[in-house]
Amino acid sequence: MHHYLFARTIQSILVLFGVLVLVFFMVRLTGDPAALMLSREASPEAVAAFREQMGFNRPVVVQFADFLRRAAGGDFGSSLRYRTPAFQMILERLPATLQLAGVAMLIAVGVAIPLGLIGGARPGSIWDTLARVVGLLGQSVPNFWLALIMILVFAVRLRWLPSFGRDEWRSVLMPAFVLGLAPMGQLVRLMRSAVLEIRGEDFIRTAYSKGLATHVVYQRHILRNAIMPLISVFGVQFGYLLGGSIYIETIFAWPGIGRMIAEAVAGRDFPLVQAIALFSSLVVVGLNILTDLAYALIDPRIRYGT
Amino acid sequence: MALNQPALPVTPTAISERRPRSRSGDVLRSLVRDRGGMLGLVLFSLLVFAAVFAEQLAPHDPIAQNLRVSKQPPAWMAEGTWEYPLGTDNLGRDILSRILYGTRVSLTVGFFGVVIAVGIGLAAGLVAGYAGGRTDSIIMGVTNVLLGLPYLLFVVVIAAILGRSLLNVILIFGITDSPIFVRVARGEMLRLRESVYVQAAHSIGVPARRIIWTHILPNMIGPMITVATFEMSAMIFYEAGLGFLGLSVPPRVPSWGNMLAAGRQYLTTQPWITTFPGIAIMVTSLAMNLLGDWLRKVNDPRQRRTLQ
Repeated sequence: MHHYLFARTIQSILVLFGVLVLVFFMVRLTGDPAALMLSREASPEAVAAFREQMGFNRPVVVQFADFLRRAAGGDFGSSLRYRTPAFQMILERLPATLQLAGVAMLIAVGVAIPLGLIGGARPGSIWDTLARVVGLLGQSVPNFWLALIMILVFAVRLRWLPSFGRDEWRSVLMPAFVLGLAPMGQLVRLMRSAVLEIRGEDFIRTAYSKGLATHVVYQRHILRNAIMPLISVFGVQFGYLLGGSIYIETIFAWPGIGRMIAEAVAGRDFPLVQAIALFSSLVVVGLNILTDLAYALIDPRIRYGT
Repeated sequence: MALNQPALPVTPTAISERRPRSRSGDVLRSLVRDRGGMLGLVLFSLLVFAAVFAEQLAPHDPIAQNLRVSKQPPAWMAEGTWEYPLGTDNLGRDILSRILYGTRVSLTVGFFGVVIAVGIGLAAGLVAGYAGGRTDSIIMGVTNVLLGLPYLLFVVVIAAILGRSLLNVILIFGITDSPIFVRVARGEMLRLRESVYVQAAHSIGVPARRIIWTHILPNMIGPMITVATFEMSAMIFYEAGLGFLGLSVPPRVPSWGNMLAAGRQYLTTQPWITTFPGIAIMVTSLAMNLLGDWLRKVNDPRQRRTLQ
């Protein structure tokens, strides 16, 4: 276990460094970050002054060292447009995004686990078909399009749910469902195939042959083992939700980080974009580490295997 | 292949007298049996057909604006005409024609994106799997960094930095998607390297380069194509998403994402402008996923056995 922890920590430090390198060089992809961030009509003097102010005229190595030092101290830069520290802006928007992602994940897991379990337990049944259809639709339906269609049906035509904003508890339902659809599809698939596979294992036959009732076998042996792979994709799924929230929050005018990215990108506020990319990556990388550790704690095969 | 076989007399045994069924025959049989796979193949063929013959199929010029016929509903609705079967958009452009031409953008991005991703992934994965040691750690370290990032977010940010063009979109997807193929190629390389026939080839002195070309690469094709199908579906999906945010191909190019972006503000009054491109994206994604599911079954011997 200690060896595993040590290896995982070293690996995470490398990953974090990789993220910093990537985010730093991203805005330098086109060569001149000053030209990228200012409008095309900016005068040469203004560009030069901006370059001076942002430190773009210094050697790249110096800029990168400075970037690392600041990031280590929690300084993620400032928004060009609002002149506020980017980190503070992110923290203000974070609760809304966490709420949306949390409800989306709840809906996804709440549908995926029972449906995948029943579908996998009775291959060929109507539940199995349903599980496969949900798995397929989750992968195939474009969420940004479904969001528009749902607004049209449930907000404009039927008037059941609010079409935008975050003013009442019902506001979260539509965006969370749309955002959770893709993870739901993936989790149903994972769950169903895990149950199908575990059903045929030797230890299940042993459990039956020692006289356990079917529901006990499912509860104690199948469900527990089938849920494990779901935990391992949790970090990846959260990263997906962050990406998907760019569309969903924009469409539903949800005041979270996703909408802030879309606005920052449209307004060429790249220091803010950079800060959000850095922050989100750190969160996702951190979650990946946590899920790996949780996985190692639950599953002894991993703990002793590597 | 034949050159590598040892020149030993092979005596047929009793078991091999039953002629084994051919591989391609097996694949065809499983396609006929698998309704989902068949549907995927048919839909995908139709999409390729639409992309290739868009000029012949489209009833109108996809770019020509005609404000006198703007916002016409589809033919089956009141006030709709068969002149514009799926209606027209806010600038009077024929939606059916734009969707047909949009197939080109989507399939081009998906196909060339995957080709680039497979190219990078295969090269890096083979090197990592073959060399092992420090080379392997470095390549897989970088791969894991990239796989651990919030993918979609980075795609959006990089697309915003590089600007709108078809080439940029293809390059972005091709490069950002390659880590998945690095992982697959390396895994297959490690698995195949230990297989008996590769060991056998190695033991009779077949050079490494030839082992890779004749024994390892051909056996990688199945898994790689399976993953490529799913990734192509994802790229088509994400390209439309970028277009929706105004970050994909330039606005005058008819693409499904651009159509969604333009139709969004007419959602409540002229919903057909957004509905049909969305259905096009969904059908494409569905076709590729069905095809991928079937390919996975064909390539996974465990599943293949349970199917027969």
